[in-house]
Amino acid sequence: MLLIKNVTLVDASGKRGPADVLIGEGKILSLDGGEAETVIDGTGLFLAPGFLDLHAHLREPGQEVKEELATGLLAAVRGGYTDVVSMPNTTPPVDTPEAVRALKKKAHALSLARLHPAAALTQGQEGKALTEAGLLKEAGASLLTDDGHTNEDAGILAAGLLQASAFGLPVAVHAEDASLRRGGVMNDGPLADLLGLPGNPKEAEAARIARDLEVLRYAVRRSPTRPHLHIQHLSTKRGLELIREAKKAGLPVTAEATPHHLTLTEEALKSFDPILKVAPPLRTQEDLEALIEGLLDGTLDAIATDHAPHTQAEKEMDLLRAPFGIPSLEVAFPLLYTELHLKRGFPLKRLVELFTDGPRSILGLKPIHLEEGAEASLVLLDPKERPVEPRNFASKARFSPWAGWVLGGWPVLTLVEGQVVHQALE
Amino acid sequence: MRHLLDFQGWTKAQVENTLDTARVMAEVLERPVKKVPALQGFTVATVFFEPSTRTRISFELAARRMSADVVSFAAQASSLQKGESYKDTLLTLEAMGIDAYIIRADSAGVPHQATRWVKGVVVNGGDGRRAHPTQALLDAYTLLEALGTLEGRKIAIVGDILHSRVARSNVELLPLLGAEVWVAGPPTLLPQSLPGARLTPHLDEALAEADAVMVLRLQKERMEAGLIHLQDYIAHYQVTEARLKKAKPGAFLLHPGPMNRDIELEGTLADSERSLVNRQVRNGVAVRMAVLYHLLVGREG
Repeated sequence: MLLIKNVTLVDASGKRGPADVLIGEGKILSLDGGEAETVIDGTGLFLAPGFLDLHAHLREPGQEVKEELATGLLAAVRGGYTDVVSMPNTTPPVDTPEAVRALKKKAHALSLARLHPAAALTQGQEGKALTEAGLLKEAGASLLTDDGHTNEDAGILAAGLLQASAFGLPVAVHAEDASLRRGGVMNDGPLADLLGLPGNPKEAEAARIARDLEVLRYAVRRSPTRPHLHIQHLSTKRGLELIREAKKAGLPVTAEATPHHLTLTEEALKSFDPILKVAPPLRTQEDLEALIEGLLDGTLDAIATDHAPHTQAEKEMDLLRAPFGIPSLEVAFPLLYTELHLKRGFPLKRLVELFTDGPRSILGLKPIHLEEGAEASLVLLDPKERPVEPRNFASKARFSPWAGWVLGGWPVLTLVEGQVVHQALE
Repeated sequence: MRHLLDFQGWTKAQVENTLDTARVMAEVLERPVKKVPALQGFTVATVFFEPSTRTRISFELAARRMSADVVSFAAQASSLQKGESYKDTLLTLEAMGIDAYIIRADSAGVPHQATRWVKGVVVNGGDGRRAHPTQALLDAYTLLEALGTLEGRKIAIVGDILHSRVARSNVELLPLLGAEVWVAGPPTLLPQSLPGARLTPHLDEALAEADAVMVLRLQKERMEAGLIHLQDYIAHYQVTEARLKKAKPGAFLLHPGPMNRDIELEGTLADSERSLVNRQVRNGVAVRMAVLYHLLVGREG
């Protein structure tokens, strides 16, 4: 039994308390205290439901030099995540029920965050032939995606949406038109022209979203069950507008935004630091503002990290050759708590929802409300500020575009079904 | 000025100061004994991750004319991916006591990145599409020699602007000296904007009343990528005697080399008295001497 005394509660329904939260048998037993072996003083701290990340590259199997389940899932619980969706662009890609089961088994033995592997939409993520959606679902796949690649074949995407819909699986897409993006390594525009770097135009994202929404329309018309299209890592204002219109029209589409697209712009590329090379690229202030608006009005359903670890050496190549991706599992919540909530007055209740019930509902999981009987997958957050120190990351990618940023809202205790999986209380 | 990466933040006085020193160096190069002890005891490394014999020789000669020791490192960036990184390469050289690094790479930003790793002086010897500052300085030097002043003079840069570090550096530099810079090329090879330059897809507009025309090399890769048709390019963008009638009488011609005769430039023009190409090459050594001197010795510049 664990008792967290005098703690403020925050979930999607708002902020309340303070309460004395008694935890046992994997559940919240009481909000009015009780007897416990371990007592934590929660004065000044926030208790929230555990976070769910819809989009993490944990690199297993085959790319353990960048990250592995043990380091990635430890990074996750340090970041307050109790649940993580791993991307299937591994070596080989996760495209069979056996591969999904193997990942789940290995992650379970680690007793850190719970793993919900995403499986490939197409065999080998080659975009040619569908994987076995039903068997993948039964093995524990949380969604289907060819993330890491773009879905150039619209017909295969349509078929994938139809097939996945029968088993209640969302299909997630990296929405960029590869033929328009070409070799772009940063946002296309005057700054890319000035810096002499090949540009990836915002229209490449918007064009692909527009196409995918038509593909979804077609799938909806054809399917007796409801398909679900999820747009990953949205980066542009125009893309957001297209999703907003589609939602208004009742299309079953959801979307996520990343910590980097919500806090950084292309201006950061003036440093020529390949740490900032990411796909889709960092955009403009106008896009960033639009994304925040989208978080508020519900066009965006979740904040997802797109945690994409690489080795230091890979990120010390030049901007043309360095791989795309920014690691962020350990900083995502403190970053947005500080930059959006503290600095811009973004409502805490909505922010927490975007880390909890928002992503949970995309996977068809029930919301968690902090009340008696609720599952004790929880995170305790400390508003005290400290700087981001990448050298102390659990992730193998010990670098960060936010190194040195002073943030509050750090997870100091993470519980999965009542078990302590991360503890950094003073 | 600690390094020479590009001309962001440069003032007119800094440019003039560098060019004044280059004139002194040019006098040295006219002497029977073309050597001064200015950089004796300093070691300069040319670190070329992209091959370029001409630029490397020009830098090495510049360093040697001032009595510096010179070492050369050359590697293809593609082989770096397999083995030693940029950083390791530079740190290895640093351990050998290098004072200045001339860095050439096919990606924008590598010299900029290098300044985070080494303590020595970094000179950008050309990085991707980004910058080629010593080329622009030698172009400015050569233009001033021919025109006397750049104040109010119209300079046209013609060709593949989008992929050109020479164009970008000249567009940053020449306006500091009062020049009006126009860039012209096919729409697929033009950037959206370049602060300091007027952009046009119409060659005649750029050439009209121009005092000098800088012709850029058209790379085969552009045709291979399907961005331009060679015959269309030759028909509409090749700088010819006939088209130069739009420019001021006697307008000068520059080219950073190596030239594709009869593609971007009518072959006979390259050898005409309008051509400053050989003077560009000659002045390159003096300008690079001035840059190394300022960075290693005369840091007040």
